[in-house]
Amino acid sequence: MNKIFVGLLLGLILGAIDGATSWFYPEARSMVGSIMVGSSIKGMIVGTLTGWLARKVNSTAWGIVAGSAFGLFFAFLVATISDVNGRHPYLEIMMPGFVVGAIVGFLTQKMGAMPVKKARTTA
Amino acid sequence: MELSDSVVDHLRHVAALPDLTGTRYELESEIGRGGMGIVYSARDRDLDRRVALKVLDVPLSGEAQLIARIEHPAVVPIYETGTLPDGRTFYAMKLVSGSRLDGYIDGGASLAERLRVVRRVGEALAFTHNRGILHRDIKPQNIMVGEFGEVYVMDWGVEAVAGTPAFRAPEKQLNELSDIYGLGALLRFVLPTAAPPALEAIASKAMSEDPSSRYPDAPSMLADIERFEAGFPVEAWSEPWWHKLRRFGQRNAVLLLLIAAYAAVKFLLFFLRNL
Repeated sequence: MNKIFVGLLLGLILGAIDGATSWFYPEARSMVGSIMVGSSIKGMIVGTLTGWLARKVNSTAWGIVAGSAFGLFFAFLVATISDVNGRHPYLEIMMPGFVVGAIVGFLTQKMGAMPVKKARTTA
Repeated sequence: MELSDSVVDHLRHVAALPDLTGTRYELESEIGRGGMGIVYSARDRDLDRRVALKVLDVPLSGEAQLIARIEHPAVVPIYETGTLPDGRTFYAMKLVSGSRLDGYIDGGASLAERLRVVRRVGEALAFTHNRGILHRDIKPQNIMVGEFGEVYVMDWGVEAVAGTPAFRAPEKQLNELSDIYGLGALLRFVLPTAAPPALEAIASKAMSEDPSSRYPDAPSMLADIERFEAGFPVEAWSEPWWHKLRRFGQRNAVLLLLIAAYAAVKFLLFFLRNL
C-alpha cells in the first residue's frame, strides 16, 4: 500500500472518530452523522496531502509539522462554514483537527511503501 | 666474568628476536605475545609499508593457511607466509592501528558501539563457519577495533594453549557451538554492569553448558541481538508483561504522546464548555 493510500485511509478513520466525539456535545448531537462525514472528508484530504509529502520527504518531524499545518488549515475552513447556535466553533474543531493532523502526518511517515526509484541506465 | 640478570635477560631477548634475513621485512618492535607466537611490527621494504609480523612457535596448520585465503572485512588479511632462517614459521599481515576490545571498552564505548563490535565478530564467525573454519579462541584479547571503528578478529584456528576459562566452552571436542559459547562470553564481557535483561539472556543462552541449548549458529544469535536493538522481544528471554508494556511504550512513544495530546485537548474543551 503506498503512502498516499495509507494517508487516505488513516485520515478517513481518524476523521470519523474525531467527528464521532461531537456526540458528547448535546447541541451537536443531532448532527453527529453529518459532522462525521465532514470530518472524514477533511481527514481524507489531510491524509492524502501528508501521504504525498511522505513520499517526498522522509522525516518524522516534518511529517508531524505538515500534518498539523494541514489539519489546522482544513479545520479552520470547516469551522468557518459551520454554525452552532450562531457561532463558529473554531476552538472545538481546530484544536482536535490540529492534533489529528499531527497523528496522520506521523503515521504516514511510518507506514506505507515508499515509491520505487527506477534505475537509470545509459543505454 | 659474571653477567648481571638484566644483561642476561637482554641477551636472551636479543637472541629471541627473529632473524629476517632473506625476507623483505625490517624488524621494528615487539607489539604483542600470544600462546602460539610473538607479533612484531615490521617494515615491508618492497612496498614501503608497515606490517604485523607473527612469528609462530609451531608450524602453520592447514587451517591457518586456509584463513589466509579468506577475504572478509573482519579477518585480517595475510600478505605472506614463510619460514625464517631459524626454521620458525612467520606470516605477515595487515598492521591494525587501534585497540584491543578490552581497551576499547575501557575507553567508554556506548552500548550500541559494543553491540556493533559483537555483531561484527558474529558475522565473521558466520562467514568462516560456512566454510568449515572454527576460531576456537574467541576472547577480547583476540578482537581489535581499528581507528576507523573497523573490527578485526585475530588468531584464527589457533586453539588456546592456556585459554581464558571465562571464554572457553566446557566441551572437550570444539565445534561451531564452542565458538557460539565464546561469542556469548564476549557479549557478556562487553555488557555494562546494569545491562538490559534481554541482552543478559542472549549471552546466557549462548553460554549454555549444554551445546544443544545454545543458539544453533551465529546468525541466530545475531538476529536476537538485532531484535533487541530494534525494540522487539528476543527469543532468549520471556519478558514479564510490565516489561512488554514498557517496551511498547518506548517503541511507540511519539504516537502515544500524540494520542495523549488529543485526549487532553478533548478533555480541556469539554471542561471549558462546562465552566
